[in-house]
Amino acid sequence: MITGNEAAAWGARLARVKVVSAYPITPQTKVVEKIAEFIANGEMDARYIRVESEHSAMAACISAENTGVRTFTATSAHGLALMHEMLMWAAYARLPIVMAVINRAMAPPWSIWADHQDSMAQRDTGWIQIYSESNQEELDAVLMLYKICEDKDVLLPAMTMMDAFILSHTMEPVDIPDQKLVDDFLPELDLPHRLDINRPAGHGSLIMPEGPVMEYRKAMADAFAGVRDKILKVEEEFREIFGREYGGLVEEYRTEDADAIAVVSSTIASTSKEVVDRMRERGLKVGLARVRYFRPFPHRELREIAKKTDMLGVIDRSYTFGYGGALYAETKGVLYGHSDIPVKNYIMGIGGRDVTPEILEKVFMDMLKIAKDGAVDREVEWVGLIGDERWSA
Amino acid sequence: MRNTTIPEEEYMLPGHVACLGCGAALAMRYALKALGKKTIVSVPACCWAVIPGVYPYRTLEVPLLYTAFEVTGAAISGIREALEVLGQDDVTVMGWAGDGGTADIGIQALSGAMEREHNVIYVMYDNEAYMNTGVQRSGATPFGAWTTTTPVGKLRIYKKERKKPVAEMMVAQGVPYVATANIAYPEDLIRKLRKAKEMKGPKFIHIYATCPTGWRVPPNKTIEIAKLAVQTRVFPLYEVENGVYKINVKPKERVPVRDYLRMQGRFRHLTEEEVELIQKMVDEEWEKLLLKEEMTNRVRKE
Repeated sequence: MITGNEAAAWGARLARVKVVSAYPITPQTKVVEKIAEFIANGEMDARYIRVESEHSAMAACISAENTGVRTFTATSAHGLALMHEMLMWAAYARLPIVMAVINRAMAPPWSIWADHQDSMAQRDTGWIQIYSESNQEELDAVLMLYKICEDKDVLLPAMTMMDAFILSHTMEPVDIPDQKLVDDFLPELDLPHRLDINRPAGHGSLIMPEGPVMEYRKAMADAFAGVRDKILKVEEEFREIFGREYGGLVEEYRTEDADAIAVVSSTIASTSKEVVDRMRERGLKVGLARVRYFRPFPHRELREIAKKTDMLGVIDRSYTFGYGGALYAETKGVLYGHSDIPVKNYIMGIGGRDVTPEILEKVFMDMLKIAKDGAVDREVEWVGLIGDERWSA
Repeated sequence: MRNTTIPEEEYMLPGHVACLGCGAALAMRYALKALGKKTIVSVPACCWAVIPGVYPYRTLEVPLLYTAFEVTGAAISGIREALEVLGQDDVTVMGWAGDGGTADIGIQALSGAMEREHNVIYVMYDNEAYMNTGVQRSGATPFGAWTTTTPVGKLRIYKKERKKPVAEMMVAQGVPYVATANIAYPEDLIRKLRKAKEMKGPKFIHIYATCPTGWRVPPNKTIEIAKLAVQTRVFPLYEVENGVYKINVKPKERVPVRDYLRMQGRFRHLTEEEVELIQKMVDEEWEKLLLKEEMTNRVRKE
């Protein structure tokens, strides 16, 4: 029985990370404390750089990774926002760093509880992004991501997300894989473009518009386009060795014959699955699509899912001021020209606001009504506001 | 016949794109002569992000990791720890940042790296303003200077604050080796970098680097001005080893600061009274430095 934070730390330990560079922030602290314990007890052979900020945490990961060793860090909310500049640096320098992000709301007002505003705001930095639903998935994701990211055809960084407190501080049964099996699964890092005194080169030098700068970006876009297949391949390999699988980029749950499907990520998916089961028992045909990978965005999977149903209800735990939630906007974007079914956005759980089965059932009922009507009443709806009778439990 | 101790080996190739008379280019050339081939350099946004040349050209014969403006301290920390993991502890790691990237935006990462006692050398090459972006005031710009963001104008708005004493801040932090160096004193500069290379732990070196473009002086005056900075005691050459000061050059004659200021366009607007005020500041700092030397040596003897 371990917490999500401990699961992330175990992922780093089992992956034989060599340099950890981190700065504490609630609710991430237990990740870096656990790693410190592992190192202090001689259970993990790594250098631990106790930096003076998250910005430096990412900068030191970048330079250490660029020197050719596997690195890890973890952060939340403001720490992630502070890293923003260096996130792009890591991606553009094609460094396969893996980071655990514990999703927490951005201030003001100060809130340490779960929402996805922090990681959604980093979706254009060139990082692979995965949202975990359980502590086991968090640990396994760290191991799989190193394998995916360090592939010579990929060479991109990745962040794995888990909801603050709901996973980070909650104990769940987790199978900790055997080190020998992990070693067989995950070979040592062999970074082709590492700093080497025998091959002096400028890493990241000035480049003119007519230099191959646009070609670098295109090469990175091509690498990103290939990530989907790598994810599926690595997950298959992982299943063969460790006996666990998660459904690729999108996990489908009772989507067959569903009149309406909720598109959702992270721990809201767990509660939703419970609600789907209850409603199915009553003959109400609802299903669920849990988006695991937000980057690369699962466009093919979502188009296929849209074919199976009459309506999609997209639940976002963040808001991109100006239109709707990010998951909604991007889902609608990839459906354009492929599907005419109504899509509605439900904004929930902001600042850690509780998302209860009762509220989710009302959302599913709303979705079924839209499926029947064939049209949405409104595109974006905030659910669970104080005093809003419509959604109150 | 050779009459110098400066190594003949070159690790900086010709063809760099620095301005004529650039002190920072000279500083790197000397520094690498001191450190040799087994060196990895990290450079943030600064003149030295441009000087090595545009891709695919390069000037240095050692690996160079470019990085963001404020992270030099963190970047060299990461390289060092990774090299330790790889067993390459004979490779020297040098951060090479300008005064803006050190005294201002990079001070936090610098302070952190020094406090964590990584085995690294951090060099601040000081041209006393944001020169790469076109002469804007930095915390290391000296009192009295014109810059494009302290443009004098009708209201006489020039740099009204004293230069941030980064080397003294590093001494206060307890960095085991802190030194100042100057491109007009290459033997001294090379000796200090070699010493830094031999010592384990964090090292901080502040190198005076004339900027003819930003200081509004002819490029052939680079060395003359740098020499005058030491002779006028505007930029004293000293080193602090485990807290004990040693002044390397004690000018016998008191060359007036006026001689130094009047050579440079950036100080052209200063009145005689303002020049006198600067002279007083310089005298005061020099007196303090002499006392620090005396005091710290006495403490060590006791």
